[in-house]
Amino acid sequence: MTTAPAHAGWRFRQPSVIPGFGLTLGFSLAYLTLIILIPLSGLIWRSAALGWTDFWALATDRRTLKALEISFGTAFIAAAVNVVFGTLVAWVLVRYRFPGRRVVDAMVDLPFALPTAVAGIALTTLYAPTGWLGKLLMPLGLKVAYTPLGIIVALVFIGLPFVVRTVQPIMEELDKEVEEAAATLGASRFQIITRVLFPGLAPAVITGFSLAFARGVGEYGSVIFIAGNLPYKSEIAPLLIVIRLEEYNYPAATAIAAIMLALSFAMLLLINLVQTWSRKRYG
Amino acid sequence: MADPEIKSYEPHHESQSAAVTESRPVRITLTTVTLVFLGIFLLLPLIIVFKEAFAKGVGAYFQSLGDADTRSAIRLTLLVAAISVPLNLVFGLSAAWAIAKFEFKGKAFLTTLIDLPFSVSPVISGLVYVLLFGAQGLLGEWLNAHGIQILFAVPGIVLATVFVTFPFVARELIPLMQEQGNGDEEAALSLGANGWQAFWYVTLPNIKWGLLYGVLLCNARAMGEFGAVSVVSGHIRGLTNTMPLHVEILYNEYNAVGAFAVASLLAGLALVTLVLKTLLEMRYGPEIAATRGH
Repeated sequence: MTTAPAHAGWRFRQPSVIPGFGLTLGFSLAYLTLIILIPLSGLIWRSAALGWTDFWALATDRRTLKALEISFGTAFIAAAVNVVFGTLVAWVLVRYRFPGRRVVDAMVDLPFALPTAVAGIALTTLYAPTGWLGKLLMPLGLKVAYTPLGIIVALVFIGLPFVVRTVQPIMEELDKEVEEAAATLGASRFQIITRVLFPGLAPAVITGFSLAFARGVGEYGSVIFIAGNLPYKSEIAPLLIVIRLEEYNYPAATAIAAIMLALSFAMLLLINLVQTWSRKRYG
Repeated sequence: MADPEIKSYEPHHESQSAAVTESRPVRITLTTVTLVFLGIFLLLPLIIVFKEAFAKGVGAYFQSLGDADTRSAIRLTLLVAAISVPLNLVFGLSAAWAIAKFEFKGKAFLTTLIDLPFSVSPVISGLVYVLLFGAQGLLGEWLNAHGIQILFAVPGIVLATVFVTFPFVARELIPLMQEQGNGDEEAALSLGANGWQAFWYVTLPNIKWGLLYGVLLCNARAMGEFGAVSVVSGHIRGLTNTMPLHVEILYNEYNAVGAFAVASLLAGLALVTLVLKTLLEMRYGPEIAATRGH
């Protein structure tokens, strides 16, 4: 490691014998600015240019509010489902040995690798009233395809690897001796899991939840096929942006996008705070 | 690893094993629930893609893949990936060099900014370019006057793809290069190598598997991106339709075999990606940074 210079004082970077700092940082910043920062500030600039009254009117439009409610609501439920099943999947993969474990482990990343449009038409075909799963669920009175339930199914598919892949490495590092110590001191298996293991996993579970949730809120490709896309019922916010764009209603599209960005960042901030708190609380 | 250790507990000391694992029936139940859940949510969608693609036989499958619009969609997808992946590869190397090899103010903030595209909805990633280059956009009039077409054309599709795949290579390389430190490069420099030589003969061989890993994930997303590309493409058949967009068009025309035939190619790409990724993790695990996800 290069060490700090002897003389004190503010400097932008610590000296190093390695060359290329100016070139690589300069190129990275220029590229980041052109591809990400300028386009994103364009969105902020356009929504600011709307003026507060217009923005408020667009933001509180009933259809917009409903679409946002559906997007955030279904993403929340799907992320909660994924916390339960994702943690279970991680536990089984880390703790138990069964034939084909490696293949199952690799399969968990399928939603990362499978294009969302492909997932969308595949899930729709499965859960349509005539599909393999739709046929089984029909007699139970469960309609999945073309309902908000379909949105949740698609978002569970999309979000699963986020929870598994955040929880799994932490589970692998859990110290078995702590469990043994708890057992020696008379704790039951249930007590060990809830009192000893879970607190250690909580920050990872929260991170996994927030990643799955953030991804679910913005998800478009897999949802639009299965959702049915009825306004006020199963129309998600990203779809409403697309619809407004196709109507050349740029202000409305911009307003919805700005609200989505603001809400997503607020959620991430909140979850960061919860995480810091839980790290302090459970160490 | 921990495998043999766990195994040795189980058969011999039932009392001890009960302390650090669940009873056998519980283990079997949990494993079964997990496998059924993954079977329904991951395996069935994959199977249905190929089942529907071959629903009317092998002949119909290859016939729909030979369709002119389908072939032009395949060509466009390959072209877009061939431009956007190398761009993000160069950026990833450059950003990782600056961030991992040097200590400077605002480094953490820069790292956060690089991850930003992951928390933006794909639709919004496309929208920002429409607001910039569209007819009502900030640069729309100027571009129109000069006859430059970005939106509803290949440049727009490339830009949207670059936006959504922006962090992949960089976030793979940054932790890896930070872990490896500067010692090797410093040794090469003290022996008389210049900066390029140190990068080419020392750094690159050190990071090649991690780099390949990042490129693999970047490519899968670049070829499969739907939302962002959908917003900027204009859906012109044979011209601005990528494979995922073509899947949507065929599906909405009730051409199930056609839609699932194109989808099966994308699913095949996903499977190849997963296999290569798993092989890389198994063989070169320590040489790939431990960051997973996305």
